[in-house]
Amino acid sequence: MSVFAKLTMTELKLNAREPVTAFFTLLFPTILVVILGSIPAFREPSDDLGGIRVIDVYVGISVLLTLAMLGLQVVPMVLATYREKGILRRLGTTPVRPVLLLAAQLAAALLTAVVSVTLALAAGRILFDVPLPAQFAGFVVAFLLSALGVFSIGLFIAALVPTGKAGNSIGTLLFFPLMFFAGLWTPREVMPDVLQRISDFTPLGAGERAVHEAMTGHWPSALSATVLVGYLVVFGLAASRLFRWS
Amino acid sequence: MAVIEVNHLRKHYGDTVAVRDVSLTVESGEIFGILGPNGAGKTTTIECVAGLRTPDDGTIRVLGREPRDPELRRLVGVQLQESQLPEKLTVREALELYSAFYPEPADWRALTRELGLSEKLGTRYAKLSGGQKQRLSIALALIGNPKIAILDELTTGLDPQARRDTWALIESIRDTGVTIVLVTHFMEEAERLCDRIAVIDRGQVVALDTPAGLVAGIAVEQTIRFRPSAPLDDALFAQLGEVREVRHHGSQLEVIGTGNLLHAVTSLLATHQIIANDLRIEQASLDDAFVRLTGRDGTE
Repeated sequence: MSVFAKLTMTELKLNAREPVTAFFTLLFPTILVVILGSIPAFREPSDDLGGIRVIDVYVGISVLLTLAMLGLQVVPMVLATYREKGILRRLGTTPVRPVLLLAAQLAAALLTAVVSVTLALAAGRILFDVPLPAQFAGFVVAFLLSALGVFSIGLFIAALVPTGKAGNSIGTLLFFPLMFFAGLWTPREVMPDVLQRISDFTPLGAGERAVHEAMTGHWPSALSATVLVGYLVVFGLAASRLFRWS
Repeated sequence: MAVIEVNHLRKHYGDTVAVRDVSLTVESGEIFGILGPNGAGKTTTIECVAGLRTPDDGTIRVLGREPRDPELRRLVGVQLQESQLPEKLTVREALELYSAFYPEPADWRALTRELGLSEKLGTRYAKLSGGQKQRLSIALALIGNPKIAILDELTTGLDPQARRDTWALIESIRDTGVTIVLVTHFMEEAERLCDRIAVIDRGQVVALDTPAGLVAGIAVEQTIRFRPSAPLDDALFAQLGEVREVRHHGSQLEVIGTGNLLHAVTSLLATHQIIANDLRIEQASLDDAFVRLTGRDGTE
């Protein structure tokens, strides 16, 4: 097994040993789908949503929920802790460059998200007849672009904060407004026009739009894709400039 | 053959000068000590040697290479102060993971046996005692079969038995041809382990010698205490060039002086057929040398 695969396996193992983290990142999105799907009104076609059901929309939102928890809360906390505790510094004395551990943590987060999203999609499909993404390749693209955009913000937070606790706090502070724009409390699709416009330019809002488009049979719109790539470039570059190893 | 060469190293952080001017050479196969009070610049010096910091001035060569040469990461093992591991990583997982970083790793099972960690392989890092964490850290520094091992505050936090076991391990590793650089503020450790010692104070090397050489260099006085089997005139001692002072404490005699004091005193006693009962000699230690060189107490 390559060093990168070994590091990624180790990161997965360590994440799995945090019961709260493992529960929220792996199971909570599915539980949200199950709970909302259990409400009869959410299983009725809605005129506001152009004839689809609330539950159909929330399966897409749960994808962004997964990525937000991993990218904004887990990744900054873990990486800032690694710096705080001198783990990155120790790695710097070995043939492995510390950046490989960052990459392994991101890969572990991405794999966790794949499992979590698969569970949520399966629950929606099996329990509530939510159609699987009609444009599947588009869905994969939307998922990956959203993951890259959100994880870049997570890396940026990890670059700025002195401790793991601070990383988690800032991530949590960002989580609520950003998840609002992704439609966790009110689906983006029924938001007033102004809010929808704003949402289009937020990372999770753009991500939700791209995922929703793919769920309903389209490729992600150029706007959503551009916004997500923009977050990746801006925050990815800033993080790589600002990240301190010790 | 020199494996580490440091010439006029200088490093500051903001307005604070951490290392003013350090030059030293470490020879292949020796245990080289870097001794000094807290804040003297020891750790900064070895962090520059380990390629973790870039010097402001001066040159460093490690095995003939620049400290930042990636090739050196494989040839130099480093144990840093205050470097931890993820809390929920087990000892075995840490050792297996770090083994995978090196092309020809050491047998980590043998290392853990020597370091007394065999019983703890399944234990998570957070559940280890301070001494066990320290020993794991030493194991990780040695796991890549390095040519040079740099160990910062090796035995801090270890109990006396574990400290002695660790010293024995370091000596056995040196016997396999590994050059060891030891940063310490323990006199006993430096005296016991090191072939040569650089004493660093306020960012400068103030002395560089063998432990015995450092002690001899400060020429401090010795004190000999004994109870003579028969009374002896103090004037006889005063005639000896080595003796500075003679004191009486009841039946005990205290002779203070320099140079080859013991030989001079025992010769005198032999001439007068006097036996020295309960003979005690107080010699200068590395500790005394350290205090003299740095003006500070090494045990602080």
